[in-house]
Amino acid sequence: MPTIVVEVMPKPEILDPQGKAIANALPHLGFTGFSGVRQGKRFELEVQGEITDELLDSARKAAAEMLSNPVIEDVVSVTVAEDI
Amino acid sequence: MTEHATDQPTAPEDQVQQTQFNIDTVVNAAATPDTELPWAELGLKENEYHRIVQILGRRPTAAELAMYSVMWSEHCSYKSSKVHLRQFGEKVTDQMKKDLMVGIGENAGVTNLGDGWAVTFKIESHNHPSYVEPYQGAATGIGGIVRDIISMGARPVAVMDPLRFGDIDHPDTKRVLPGVVSGIGGYGNSLGLPNIGGEVVFDAVYQQNPLVNALAVGVLKHEDLRLANASGVGNKVVLFGARTGGDGIGGASVLASESFDDTKPSKRPAVQVGDPFAEKVLIECCLELFHNELVEGIQDLGAAGISCATSELASNGEGGMHVELTNVLLRDPTLTPGEILMSESQERMMAVVTPENVEAFEAVMGKWGVEYSWLGEVTDTGRLIIEWDGATIVDVDPRTVAHDGPVYERPYHRPAWQDQLQADTFRTSEAGQSLPASAEELGEALMELMSSANMADVSWITDQYDRFVGGNTALSQPDDAGVIRVDEETGLGVGLATDCNGRYAYLDPYAGAQLALAEAYRNVATAGAVPMAVSDCLNFGSPEDPEIMWQFAEAVRGLAEGCQALGIPVTGGNVSLYNQTAGRAIHPTPVVGVLGRFDDVARRTPSGFQRWADGQAIYLLGTTHDELDGSEFARLRGHLGGTPPRVDLVAEKTLGEILINASRDGMIDAAHDLSEGGLAAGLAEMSLRFGVGSRTALDALCERDGVDPFTALFSESQARALVALPRSEELRFTDMTTARGFPALRLGVVDAVSGGIEVSGPFHGGSFGIGLDELKEAWSSTIPARFGSGPHLEAIIDGD
Repeated sequence: MPTIVVEVMPKPEILDPQGKAIANALPHLGFTGFSGVRQGKRFELEVQGEITDELLDSARKAAAEMLSNPVIEDVVSVTVAEDI
Repeated sequence: MTEHATDQPTAPEDQVQQTQFNIDTVVNAAATPDTELPWAELGLKENEYHRIVQILGRRPTAAELAMYSVMWSEHCSYKSSKVHLRQFGEKVTDQMKKDLMVGIGENAGVTNLGDGWAVTFKIESHNHPSYVEPYQGAATGIGGIVRDIISMGARPVAVMDPLRFGDIDHPDTKRVLPGVVSGIGGYGNSLGLPNIGGEVVFDAVYQQNPLVNALAVGVLKHEDLRLANASGVGNKVVLFGARTGGDGIGGASVLASESFDDTKPSKRPAVQVGDPFAEKVLIECCLELFHNELVEGIQDLGAAGISCATSELASNGEGGMHVELTNVLLRDPTLTPGEILMSESQERMMAVVTPENVEAFEAVMGKWGVEYSWLGEVTDTGRLIIEWDGATIVDVDPRTVAHDGPVYERPYHRPAWQDQLQADTFRTSEAGQSLPASAEELGEALMELMSSANMADVSWITDQYDRFVGGNTALSQPDDAGVIRVDEETGLGVGLATDCNGRYAYLDPYAGAQLALAEAYRNVATAGAVPMAVSDCLNFGSPEDPEIMWQFAEAVRGLAEGCQALGIPVTGGNVSLYNQTAGRAIHPTPVVGVLGRFDDVARRTPSGFQRWADGQAIYLLGTTHDELDGSEFARLRGHLGGTPPRVDLVAEKTLGEILINASRDGMIDAAHDLSEGGLAAGLAEMSLRFGVGSRTALDALCERDGVDPFTALFSESQARALVALPRSEELRFTDMTTARGFPALRLGVVDAVSGGIEVSGPFHGGSFGIGLDELKEAWSSTIPARFGSGPHLEAIIDGD
């Protein structure tokens, strides 16, 4: 099924408590060599039929206004996924 | 952003320093007196900047400017409010101070509870941040007030949240309210602190200026009390907890000094993001430090971050401190020195440790996995010296930063419109004509009142908070006060209530502040606790407007004199000014929190009729006057004018004594104070609490107080309460009220069978009845209908 993928990350200057927790946990479980972790989120928007430019614009708008909180998050990418 | 000066050289000699951050050293500042600094952008006024130059004898460095600008902001320096707030310290008697262990000025006041226990509580605002980013703003509001409690050496045991939002039907309220509620729940629940009460008010005046106040209460043993000062030359200064990032840079000064005009979006700073699990570890870590006596002084980092902590610790102690700023652990390595000094990153603390205790301190940090870095040491030079990689970037007298900020005697005058407003009484207004008079109309008015935005059930909000975690919650919303057990063996505990009616304060700020105090006092006493201390959160518009400043001055005077009359001191609090957008200010909203003491929380009085209490007598305490101005009923009719209900603090005190004694002696089984919505709301709320009805008659009340049935039901006269008691206690109870000369009138009985509220009286139709099921449905659906997700989900499923 055609899918639009939206990726959102916390803004670089904003504290990311989840990423911090993961970063602390990694060495405890033997995964060394990672100096930092930031955790974002990925949305898969399914589309019936073809992905048009209008739909992609609509996805970009949704990403900016609804899927992300513009005060603390950035939309990193809005892309069309070939095969999921 | 604070390093503009050297980024944009304005004079040729500026090109001396071109290191990594264009470090503006003290030497550089002395050599480049003509460099223009962005003092105005940082919220300083021209005269304030000149004063800084005068104090230093040269232009400030960028880092010094950052420190002064945040510390001299309204938020941190109280420069407009200080001259008025002095009254809280002046208008106290020795009797009021007898239980006070720490008064105003420290992070939070401390009150002696007895048995070696003490309690500390404080209320603060996080209004602007919660408007910008509701979830994180409200969450970090909880985090900040909890750290104030920790820094006194106390274990936080509960929080409360007085909230005010715009019109319930405004789209922006739908954005702000759910975020604020989730933020409070998300942070407070994660910390494991019960949220035991507060307020929810909707009014269009709070549109774009929601008020998110947070109260925290903590308990400690006397020997664990700690104060924020850096004494002992050679002692080490340590920063511990979260790393320092770019959070809320400029927030302290810029947020609290500017209104949110659409034209200035660039003034919105980065918001702070809270991490409640880090704070939880910080609580345990700090309590262990206190218990093992490993810290000499401690200070939480809130607004103004390291600027505030270093300058306050230094000026409260021996007067000097030497800090190497590159030792600060950073989350974002690109931060400039000025930004590090201003950062409001959450979950950080600063402490002063003797050299002998350094090792033990580090062991505690290691145990809890808390990061720390040693920044420097206490000196006796009287200077706060901050270095960046060995170069001095701050060299100031810390007192000039922390305590000797500007103090303004801002002009104030009674608004010209105040007389006109007070002359516009409800009775004489168009809204006050053809009032409900018949049985049918009075019943309908009661239903309308209880389903209105401000009287409706708030459990959709408060149920998102954990009210019982910890197992020491004895009462919480919707009871009159939140009650927490402190000592599990003896049952020693505290009761807390916060109140404010901004409409009353708008009509008369002096009386409005006293009415807020009176209601919080009454609520605490109604639950059975002996009121002991006050904390206030004074939310107002711009102090630069003489009319707003008058409201502020009047409210403070009213509160200070009210506290004196009731014999309980103000132990701390917070002032939030500039709550206005596009020139429109909020109603003056002096939120007052009162704390009371229980010998044994098992003696608490619940606010509702009990299921097993069928046939118990219902008494109304106090006198009902024709006082509808500013009332909830007037709000239903869209009217706000006249003068608020009369304040009678002597009567409040007597009523309090009666309620406390009745609770101690086990005479009464339910009590509820009468405030917004008057007797009608009181009867409805006591029945809705446990779903137990009542039968009452208004005839004797109307005759005794000379009021009509409508006034009897909807007037908001003060110093009144409803109680329910077994018939076997009636004589003892009325003997007590008679002995104190306090009016008590038997209104009717609890009816656990009928499932309804029946009111009879001298009105057409003789009596009206309302089924509790119907009332509950109307009362409890108002808030979920607007903020619950039900309708949205249906819309998606329907493909709407």
